[in-house]
Amino acid sequence: MAVYNLTINGKKHQVDVDPTTPILWVLRDHLNLVGTKYGCGMAMCGACTIHLDGVAMRSCSLPVAQIGNQKITTIEGLSEKGDHPVQKAWLEHDVPQCGYCQTGQIMSAAALLKNNPKPSDEEIDAAMHGNICRCGTYIRIKAAIKTAARS
Amino acid sequence: MTKTKIASSRRSFLKNTLFAGGGMVIGFDWVAKQSLAAAKDSLALPKEWYDFNAFLKIGDNGLVTIFTPNPEFGQNVMTSMPMIVAEELDVDWKDVRVEMAMHDPAKFPNAAFGQFTGGSRGIPSKWDALRKAGATGRQMLREAAAKAWNVPVEEITTANSVLQHSSGKKATYGEMAAAAAQISVPKDVKLKAVKDFKIIGTSHKNVEGPKIVTGKPLFGLDYKADGMLIAMIVHPPAFGMKLKSFNDASVKGMPGIKDVFSFKTYDDGQEKGAFDTNAFPELIAIVGNSTWEVMNAKKAIKAEWEPFATYTETVAGFGGNKSQVKVPAGLENSIDHLAKMKEFASKPGRVVRKDGDPEAAFKTAAKVLERSYSAPHLAHNCMEPMNFFADVKGDKVKVAGPLQAPGLIEPTLSARLGIPAENIEIEMTRMGGGFGRRAYSHYMVEAAVISHQVKAPVKLMYTREDDMTNGVYRPAYYATYRAALDKNNNLLAFHVKAGGIPESPLHANRFPAGAIDNYLAEEWSIESNITIGAFRAPRSNFIAAAEQSFLDELAEMMKKDPIEMRLELLRKAKASPVGKNNDYDADRYAGVLELVRDKSGWANKPKGKVHRGVAAYFCHSSYAAHVLELTVEDGKPVVQKVTSAIDCGIVVNPDAAANMTEGAVIDGIGNALFGELPFKNGAPEKTNFHNYRMIRMSEAPKAIDVHFVKNEINPTGMGEPPFPPIFGAVANALYKATGKRVYNQPFLGDKQELGM
Repeated sequence: MAVYNLTINGKKHQVDVDPTTPILWVLRDHLNLVGTKYGCGMAMCGACTIHLDGVAMRSCSLPVAQIGNQKITTIEGLSEKGDHPVQKAWLEHDVPQCGYCQTGQIMSAAALLKNNPKPSDEEIDAAMHGNICRCGTYIRIKAAIKTAARS
Repeated sequence: MTKTKIASSRRSFLKNTLFAGGGMVIGFDWVAKQSLAAAKDSLALPKEWYDFNAFLKIGDNGLVTIFTPNPEFGQNVMTSMPMIVAEELDVDWKDVRVEMAMHDPAKFPNAAFGQFTGGSRGIPSKWDALRKAGATGRQMLREAAAKAWNVPVEEITTANSVLQHSSGKKATYGEMAAAAAQISVPKDVKLKAVKDFKIIGTSHKNVEGPKIVTGKPLFGLDYKADGMLIAMIVHPPAFGMKLKSFNDASVKGMPGIKDVFSFKTYDDGQEKGAFDTNAFPELIAIVGNSTWEVMNAKKAIKAEWEPFATYTETVAGFGGNKSQVKVPAGLENSIDHLAKMKEFASKPGRVVRKDGDPEAAFKTAAKVLERSYSAPHLAHNCMEPMNFFADVKGDKVKVAGPLQAPGLIEPTLSARLGIPAENIEIEMTRMGGGFGRRAYSHYMVEAAVISHQVKAPVKLMYTREDDMTNGVYRPAYYATYRAALDKNNNLLAFHVKAGGIPESPLHANRFPAGAIDNYLAEEWSIESNITIGAFRAPRSNFIAAAEQSFLDELAEMMKKDPIEMRLELLRKAKASPVGKNNDYDADRYAGVLELVRDKSGWANKPKGKVHRGVAAYFCHSSYAAHVLELTVEDGKPVVQKVTSAIDCGIVVNPDAAANMTEGAVIDGIGNALFGELPFKNGAPEKTNFHNYRMIRMSEAPKAIDVHFVKNEINPTGMGEPPFPPIFGAVANALYKATGKRVYNQPFLGDKQELGM
């Protein structure tokens, strides 16, 4: 066990956990931030996507010991009132079916638009390739990303 | 009709008393679960609620709570079911908030359909009850207003949560709620005419959308309670194996680990219900403080496994019919499955339907077309792995989590724990996908048995690997079709023989039965110890592809347009149906084909390098047809567009129904091209998403254009029907693109490439 000081969604948190613990489980089990989802545990589905200094990362495969001073943003901190342009576009297009993968999809999309405000279809495909939606809402996800890009 | 405050059903009594004095559930408090239909315009919570019926309560300030009886797994019943109640209540949608009902057989009777999500039966089975619930509430409000204003009830009108009389008297639903709740419940209420619908048929957004996009705790895996421990299971590595022994000494000392033990999900000799499917009767449980600690112990534990001998178990089906089900010993291989299926296909099967004299017709045929089709096992792969919360305290049980059929598992849990059903409280969380998998909620029983053993609340979680390798799969299937033509290419006879491991996919009375004078349908099955279960449109999800590919090839042989060829058969089935028990409506079937033909521009030749395929199917009481257009780029199929036509009767929430159709199309394309779960020596060869290929964004169609047949038929189901025919549309378009027919799923095969 070791003590880690983490900055998550602009707030400082201290946790005492095994250094190999993926940040996903620190968020979900220790800090009760459950918007970040477990899907595969091997960075193959994207349900656990968070931002590390603004870059989309798969939190299920990211040990807490590697975080250092990097700032973590989770879906709970993407916007204060749930009104990030990507979240608004998701509601406008009524994207979710079961909804389980959608926070990961939103985090990937928000990171994409931060770095590339007007992505092409191919760039969207590439950035979202790591996020599985088992319900098959991909067309709406893409449309919502384009709407968010316009706003 | 009483105020909620003093009403105390056995369930609410349980809720209030079960955790009194510690162990209060903090994860999902009642208010956090409420979904406001329109957050910014919504009313504050009322001081007083008035119960009207199982589906409905109205607050003194006009806020209306509508309870969704059926669990939600993405089919959007949490929005569409309340819409139906709201329509007949004549309430303004912005005054509505939605709550998932608790499992409550007293309020929602019938174990199979009371609160069951599956079989595309949600809206169809609740249509009348939901409408009556709303209309009854409206009638009680009108009667209360008539009494208060001393006018005949017939003169009271309603609109947007307001009662009105021609004298100018007006009252909101909130103002009249207290008096209305005292009115005796009317027996017969008048329902609206379809043409007067204002909410039904108009798109309304998912009531849980705002919570989903902000990551609020909605799912079973998000559930938390004071003192809750995390539990995981270790199951045998292969079907046909059982636990021999395990060494818990090293694991028990690992950080955070509280307990390690083996347990049986069902008692020895416990009679199973129809949905108590369970491949591995004995499991190892590891219980600890946190997910990561338990995962590490799970990796470290040393267990020995051994093959089991053939055994039989008693399974009680619907209606109380008991049967002895044999579970054969052995470590099975998919390669052997295919060989065995071919062997069974070459022998006579069980005749399930025969019209005319097919044998004679085949003898006189000028041409015979014979083709065989196969498909492998599939894993459901819900994005949220199986999990459940359980707290067994003395003779009281609280369980919460994702499940499709609470009424079917409650008796099983009750029997396993020896605790009466009325002491069991089941909370249904939003499900991260279902697709049939969560109708088999053995994992809930496992959670409860573990909680009982460790005497603490636990959340059982399957890892992705557990989820993918624990069974309840789509079966492997095989079908052979034959058609006899005379020298003028007239269809003389049709023969289908189909089977699977362990069940046949055949629906002998569906199209084209009824359209062909000489028709023979046979089936067979092969026993297996690999457990199977419903997978979105069970059986149809294979047989539609086989049949619709065969009809495409047959139309080509008959030198006919594939849509026109089907329409000709349907005209015959309508004008002079052959045989009895044809279980489809030829007009509705033709309707979706005509609609998809018109909307896809079928009459025009496809542009450039676009290749098209068409397929249609009837299942779960609804009709669906697709035209799929693809191109081949760098040797890979790229689906440019899918045009879909659906007849599911009245469409309650059009945009949500379109979303579900889009999802079915994408799900079907993915499974048709990539989906397979092969077995070697009993072990699933794919264990996680690194080797189980799921369709991803770049492989989805660029556009899906969904059209609904407009009619006034009561809803006939929507979750499954669009799924089966898309497999056929993929196969038929691939043929146009490559010149080669595809017969075996997944169509891209082991190499995941197109055979050109």
